[in-house]
Amino acid sequence: MEAYADTIVPGEKRWPGDAAIAGAADGGGAVAAGAIQLLEWDATGLTEGLDDLADLLNRHARTYADGRGLALDTALPPFVALDFGHRTALVAELTAPGHPEKEFWVLLALFSNMAYDSAAHMHTADAIAQGHPGLAAMGVVPPGPDRLWRFDQHSYGRRLARVHPDTTPSGSPA
Amino acid sequence: MNSAEQTDVLVVGSGFGGAIAAYHLAAGGASVTVLERGPWLTAEDAEHDYKLGSSYTRGFDFTVGDGMSILGGNCVGGGSVVYFASMPRAPRFVFERRGSIGRRMWPAAVSRDTLEPWYDRVAEALPVTPQDWHDVTYAGGLWAAACDHAGRTANPLPVAIDTAACVNCNWMMAGCRFDAKRSLLLNYLPAAVAHGAVIRPLHEVQAISRTDGGGYRIRYHVIDDEDYRITTGSGAIDAKIVVLAAGAGATPVILQRSEAGLGPMPHAVGRYFSGNGERLNTAVVNEDRVAEVLGLSRGEGAPAYGANPIGRGPTVASWDRLDGSLPEYSRYSLEQLYFPPGLGTILAQAPDAGDGPTWFGRDKKRMLSRWNSWLTIFTMSEDDNEGVFGPPPATGNAMRISQQMLGRGNLRYEPTANTRHGWAASDAEVKDILERDGIARVRPWTNDVVGAYTVHPLASCRMGDDPATSALDDRNELRGHPGIFVTDGSAVPGALTVNPAMTIAAVAERAVPGIVRAARERGVAVRYGAPAPDGSTSGRRGVLPLIRT
Ligand SMILES: Cc1cc2nc3c(=O)[nH]c(=O)nc-3n(C[C@H](O)[C@H](O)[C@H](O)COP(=O)(O)OP(=O)(O)OC[C@H]3O[C@@H](n4cnc5c(N)ncnc54)[C@H](O)[C@@H]3O)c2cc1C
Repeated sequence: MEAYADTIVPGEKRWPGDAAIAGAADGGGAVAAGAIQLLEWDATGLTEGLDDLADLLNRHARTYADGRGLALDTALPPFVALDFGHRTALVAELTAPGHPEKEFWVLLALFSNMAYDSAAHMHTADAIAQGHPGLAAMGVVPPGPDRLWRFDQHSYGRRLARVHPDTTPSGSPA
Repeated sequence: MNSAEQTDVLVVGSGFGGAIAAYHLAAGGASVTVLERGPWLTAEDAEHDYKLGSSYTRGFDFTVGDGMSILGGNCVGGGSVVYFASMPRAPRFVFERRGSIGRRMWPAAVSRDTLEPWYDRVAEALPVTPQDWHDVTYAGGLWAAACDHAGRTANPLPVAIDTAACVNCNWMMAGCRFDAKRSLLLNYLPAAVAHGAVIRPLHEVQAISRTDGGGYRIRYHVIDDEDYRITTGSGAIDAKIVVLAAGAGATPVILQRSEAGLGPMPHAVGRYFSGNGERLNTAVVNEDRVAEVLGLSRGEGAPAYGANPIGRGPTVASWDRLDGSLPEYSRYSLEQLYFPPGLGTILAQAPDAGDGPTWFGRDKKRMLSRWNSWLTIFTMSEDDNEGVFGPPPATGNAMRISQQMLGRGNLRYEPTANTRHGWAASDAEVKDILERDGIARVRPWTNDVVGAYTVHPLASCRMGDDPATSALDDRNELRGHPGIFVTDGSAVPGALTVNPAMTIAAVAERAVPGIVRAARERGVAVRYGAPAPDGSTSGRRGVLPLIRT
């Protein structure tokens, strides 16, 4: 599951020889952002099926490798044994329109992405305070002391286009 | 069940359609009960928090269908609590559309002119006001400047927002913490309660059947406050009049499930669904070019734009293609929009991805690192009403997957060539405007992941003159089932090319006198003529001459 999440939002290896994370991008990816914690939270509705999905993913990986004559390191689960390019190609196949299991793989992708782009397993203010890698990389600014956002400046404050000539007094199209 | 509670009028759902009917009928003297599937959230509940279980997920329903996914409200106040409060009226040509049936889709009795007084009522009630350029956010300003640079016009949108109270937090989709957004929680619903209406949150209606006395019995489940997958009870209420307003993704499903107890439904129930022709494009802006080409600046040391998270949803739209002389399916509006992470970013495609995937992976991660410089443009075009609901799920409108928000529904949507034509034309125009002189790089959201995506479901139980293609008559009564009215977005016959809430609300206002009349015929002592929820009466003066007595 780590390897799947890392294919959705890739990150750097946690230690030399980290096999699950392919190391395809700098900075933390979905795994460092908490994808596994999120998926293991039963609020997602996926938790019970995770082991089955992992088994299924490995079966797909083996078929994928066999079809291409790839030799996989047998010490690793088959999906983890694929390199990042092959992991990406397989995930693209599994999530493509028409794949019979598409829905499950899309759900896994959605939650992997959510761990990174919104830290959906944590209070947002806490996640930012703890340096959550996704929110930090996206440049999400911290809220005020009351954990709410407010922006004093919000407008260029001038007219920037002609309005449509057929605009009614209510401000609607005619 | 032998004994059921009694009410004169039972309203299903508390969004625009439900709240407006509930208010007028309660104010007129009927006993009104509103059953609402979601929780009752107030401003204090509106958290700035993406954590699952916060108001950002409690207030929503996201239903993945086959080719179309619907995002809607799931709380007292419905979509008005999570919406962006852009409230334009639909352009005149929309009411003349022919769509997939080859004849006028709207009933002869409804046009922009005949709807205008009802729009006025809504504008007074919420209220809705135009914005000026000082209200327009950086994102709206950037869109306006880009349109202007491309020789086009752009309009600040009319909104149901108190812009003086707004702090531009951009958390509108989690509800408004500052009560700056005029959701139904601030007008029609409290006024309905003041007149004795009873609103029951966490009550999900499952089916309707007939009673011996010519009325209706409505069965519901009580839903757990935190985990919506759990049912904690059930019950039934008998009513003389039923107003269905569960939204265009849920109303037809309730009716389909009710066929056993009501008899056959009109053919159009659960057919002709429209996603309002929606389409999203995400641009990644080149900050330097924004300064050089468009001359925009936020001051020394700040990026020229870099303001994606600042503001409040859409503030500016381009209406150049809302030209009634253009052929059908080529008319659309282009509106600047903010979509927060979690629900929005996954479907955005990296504009500069090479051969690799565009919505996930390395290139998408790189795009996310430019998130502050994103600009989202929302197309509302003319689709072909091609959505069809399959057999209803066991409960509600979807099989619930997650504790909140996420479900699997039975809507099938295969965009026709007409619909795809409108999307392609608008995609090309957005690209032309935003990639001009290197201002940005842009790409549409993918439909490959969860299908097309709509926050404006419409027309799944539509009104019309032809019984073969409309489920409701021109007064919103369900054909063959007198005393059942539908007043939500499912009654609106087709895509509107602009945001729909104003039109949904106006159609609901227009339907009320007919519902009052039907209630009186069934022995309910109720009168029509209440002022706006805050007591204002200028809107009432406009519509009273229209009411047949
Ligand atoms: C993020 C977002 C932004 C939007 N922004 C805008 C905007 O700026 N301008 C605009 O015009 N529109 C906007 N909309 C759309 C607008 O919110 C809807 O068009 C509008 O709310 C639809 O009104 P309705 O009465 O048809 O249904 P809704 O407002 O959806 O109300 C239906 C209600 O019925 C309830 N319900 C469903 N099933 C059941 C059941 N079985 N039993 C009991 N209750 C049930 C639902 O929980 C809901 O509260 C936005 C929508 C979203 C999601």
